[in-house]
Amino acid sequence: MTNKNIIEVENLVKKFGKFTANDQLSFNVKKGEILGFLGANGAGKTTAIKILCGISAPTSGKVSVAGFDAVKHPERIKQNIGYMSQKFSLYDDLTISENFRFFGGIYGLSRKQIRQRTGELLQRLDLYDYRNRILRSLPLGWKQKLAFSVAIMHDPQVVFLDEPTSGVDPITRRQFWELIYEASEEGKTIFVTTHYMDEAEYCDTVSMMVAGQIRAFGKPRELKEEYDVASINNLFIKLARN
Amino acid sequence: MKRFLAFVKKEIQHIFRDTRTMLILFGIPIAQILIFGYVVKNDVKDVQIAVYDQSKDEYTRQLTNKLTSSGYFNLNRELKSMKNIDRIFKEGEVKLVVVYENNFSKKLHGENNAAVQLIADASDPNRANLITNYSAAIIRDFVKEEFNIDQLPFQINSEVRMLYNQNLASVFMFVPGTMALILMLVSAMMTSISIAREKELGTMENLLVSPLRPTQIVIGKVTPYVLLSIINAITILILGVFVFGLPIRGSLTLLMLESVLFITLSLSLGIFISTMSPNQQVAMFISLFALMLPTLLLSGFIFPIENMPRVLQWISVIMPPKYFIVILKNIMLKGTGLAFVWKETLILGAMTTVFIILSVKKFKLRLE
Repeated sequence: MTNKNIIEVENLVKKFGKFTANDQLSFNVKKGEILGFLGANGAGKTTAIKILCGISAPTSGKVSVAGFDAVKHPERIKQNIGYMSQKFSLYDDLTISENFRFFGGIYGLSRKQIRQRTGELLQRLDLYDYRNRILRSLPLGWKQKLAFSVAIMHDPQVVFLDEPTSGVDPITRRQFWELIYEASEEGKTIFVTTHYMDEAEYCDTVSMMVAGQIRAFGKPRELKEEYDVASINNLFIKLARN
Repeated sequence: MKRFLAFVKKEIQHIFRDTRTMLILFGIPIAQILIFGYVVKNDVKDVQIAVYDQSKDEYTRQLTNKLTSSGYFNLNRELKSMKNIDRIFKEGEVKLVVVYENNFSKKLHGENNAAVQLIADASDPNRANLITNYSAAIIRDFVKEEFNIDQLPFQINSEVRMLYNQNLASVFMFVPGTMALILMLVSAMMTSISIAREKELGTMENLLVSPLRPTQIVIGKVTPYVLLSIINAITILILGVFVFGLPIRGSLTLLMLESVLFITLSLSLGIFISTMSPNQQVAMFISLFALMLPTLLLSGFIFPIENMPRVLQWISVIMPPKYFIVILKNIMLKGTGLAFVWKETLILGAMTTVFIILSVKKFKLRLE
């Protein structure tokens, strides 16, 4: 792992009228790092992700993702990130390969690249033989893994995962995290939000958001020592209560 | 451009994979035009009549013959008395009873005056009016032919000619109306539903995060429906011309261009509706209630706008189909060119612009 910062956020503020959704956020994420972005519902996680993805403009502050400024070049950022949301994000009425072809297409991959990447990713999931199946008929766990593969299809530098494992069984969750580790080893930076605190323990770094502010930021082990708690779960409760 | 094409291709895959969508897109237009063309008719044709002939002489027989040979009326039965008239109407088949008085011929010759009573079933008032007008006209005609004298020293003859639709065929009115209705519904409803679907399923987020620009997304959504709506417009015209004998007296190119303009307007309306609706159901309901009923009732499709209360007339001013119907009738029936419909064209164009601007504004607002 190099020490290059892929995400740099400095004094990010986002206000909706009088309400401050993001209050003076500052943090850096390195290449290949897995950042667990934690916080209760309404703490301002989604707002921050939207700004980092370039679909919402910050009120003030500096944000740079993959080397591009989020205010000046949001479209450059979009080409260099992958995104997967909690809502299942592929098309149910299309086949697996049609979904890959579509997302490859809108990210500007050539036909040859699409074929090659689709083959690679599907073989890794052992789903190559199912490529002409309509998605609707597949189990949710498969779909989540496919959605992740689609999100990294264009080889983005950063992958944003917004509660990717909500509603899947523990085994699939484990397999999903294996995919995340693989991507991180390839040098992709992973930015993941989750409500499963055991998952937070898998992350290189966790960030804890409360009421629009980042209250804790660091390696899980160090944070646990610092706050004298047994698990990230307890840390979450401790911080969210105060 | 390549990204955009990938998007359009996906849209087309959606449409062709869903049999329900296909049915709405192609089945309904054809069914509607045939139903409207054949069923909804104001024409007087083969109306069942009953005759109570009290004199049974030369003239009454000739008159009855003239009525039944006109093509408008069929003799359903002869009555023996006045008693049963009420019952006959209640049976519902007979719409008109013709009663000749006693000694019809004698009176006509002797006093120059004989009476025919026309009794119509006015439970459908428009139709009763139409039927009695037709039969009275036939009777007048008969007197004129038979006696061939202008008895009055002064007379004003009104010669009526119905221009552009000599037979007053109601198909001529319904085909343009149906075309407006279908294009409006298909274009607006299908686009609003398909955009709302992306929102509902959460795939819209993925699209927004992708390098596709919002305008590319919207245009990509709309493109397949533009093509399909044009196919629909052509189908309706072909059915109108070959099945119902509708003329296209004006320029076909102008007609198609105006149709494309109206389709664009409907699509921009659909996009506008989708920006207001969080899911497919809402999009569908808004499309149905905001578009279908007003199109049917207030566009002059079925009911003449001039007869409406003033308030409704004002509302009809903002109904896009109203202008499209005027344009269609002008080009198809009167054979006029752009010089006569430029005002309507301009209004449609202005409406399109307004809806596109509003949609873009709302779309951006939602992103914030």
